[in-house]
Amino acid sequence: MKAWLIALFAIITRENLRFVRQRGRFLAALVRPLVWLIVFAAGFRAALGVSIIPPYQTYITYEVYILPGLCGMIQLFNGMQSSLSLVYDQEMGSMRLLLTSPLPRWWLLLSKLLAGVIVSILQVAVFLAIAALAGITVPPVGYIAVLPALLASGLMLGALGLLVSSTVRQLENFAGVMNFVIFPMFFLSSALYPLWKMAESSPLLRDICALNPFTYAVELIRFALYGELNLMALAWVSICFVLFMLAALWGYDPARAMLRSKG
Amino acid sequence: MTGLKINHVSYSYGSRKALDDVTFSVVGGRFCALFGPNGAGKSTLFALLTRLLVTGEGHIRVAGFDIARDPRAALARIGVVFQQPTLDLDMTVRRNLRYFAGLHGLSGRSAALAIEAALEQLGMADRADEQVRALNGGHRRRMEIARALMHDPEILLLDEPTVGLDAASRQAITDHVHLLAERGLAVLWATHLVDEIRPADQVVVLHRGKVLSDGSAEHLAGAQGLAKAFLSMTAEGREVPA
Repeated sequence: MKAWLIALFAIITRENLRFVRQRGRFLAALVRPLVWLIVFAAGFRAALGVSIIPPYQTYITYEVYILPGLCGMIQLFNGMQSSLSLVYDQEMGSMRLLLTSPLPRWWLLLSKLLAGVIVSILQVAVFLAIAALAGITVPPVGYIAVLPALLASGLMLGALGLLVSSTVRQLENFAGVMNFVIFPMFFLSSALYPLWKMAESSPLLRDICALNPFTYAVELIRFALYGELNLMALAWVSICFVLFMLAALWGYDPARAMLRSKG
Repeated sequence: MTGLKINHVSYSYGSRKALDDVTFSVVGGRFCALFGPNGAGKSTLFALLTRLLVTGEGHIRVAGFDIARDPRAALARIGVVFQQPTLDLDMTVRRNLRYFAGLHGLSGRSAALAIEAALEQLGMADRADEQVRALNGGHRRRMEIARALMHDPEILLLDEPTVGLDAASRQAITDHVHLLAERGLAVLWATHLVDEIRPADQVVVLHRGKVLSDGSAEHLAGAQGLAKAFLSMTAEGREVPA
């Protein structure tokens, strides 16, 4: 068991060092949600009224509403970024180094996943700090309570990234992932608008949003930021994590060829 | 048994058979050249030996452990140098070695000792804190070999490790690995270059997924020399660089 933890620590250290080194990635991860928070939210504030819905006790501004969704957005992009780095690792060969370590493959992949989640939590922490400086805050307890929620949602979104990386074999194909995974997941969720608002324009869209796992990741984060647990969201996020992880492990099963073109 | 034992192993990519009933052994202290032209099945065999692929046909035993039944024990006794470099170019030499040590469960004092031994073997103790990107191709390859030995394996697998290197680096690396074999390691070295093979080496000729020959290089070369012997065996006018 000690060897397992040593490997986990080694993988987490490597991922964090890579992240710190890639300053552009760090900036991009912060700028994206900050643009939404500061530019888009300011524009939408007048157009979109948000009524009192749990976990909020009073009328809130649009900036406050989208804060959890933007935390989820950071994790969604990070999950896909980790997936991209896995595809890169496969092409560059360092994935082979990882997978030939004498530890169970599921543990190695889970370690890789956890390493990515820790990076995403660091990004969210910096984002929340900047938001707080801009006056967009949550109750103090929320900053602590959100950590386990971010861990759960990060694991789910990271497992999705892992699954994607097990199917995408070439970096060139990755742009498609952005179009077909990230954008539909983000826009068809409760990140930008509450589901009742979505239902006003289209009940079908609302139903699609209600099936989207990202909606539950956002709601889990939203409630946690106010010190509350949304059990339904936790259940969805947990079930999706298990399903994505099992599918990803199947994708990385050595009985299924990882190297198709070698001879 | 020490060393590597491959017994009646076959593998197919869909309908294309990449390996067909491959059988041979490499004992400790032996340098075995796995010789074959491109597409012979060498990389597929390496993927099976490192469990990146698995097959239901045949058995592979590593230091006495069946890789299908006891993959962790088998992998713990293998050191691998892949054809493609697997170093983090933007990390330091020491950081790369530490990451590998961690993947093999080495930490603290045991990791530090293994890293120092690897650096000493490389003659790179003074460059340990340089980024790998600053090293030339030959040094990077030597570093990968030293890294593959950090967990004290019994078998060293090298998949065309001299690809892309200049003549001097190729010679140095070939000499270095022959020396490792003399010290007791079982070495399996995939290549398609005959000048990397010495008369006393074991040579397994792989062609179109089948073992055509398994014996000493001296015996195989006969009077005509290795290059011609390989050409006549693999036919089809494929080039065998001298």
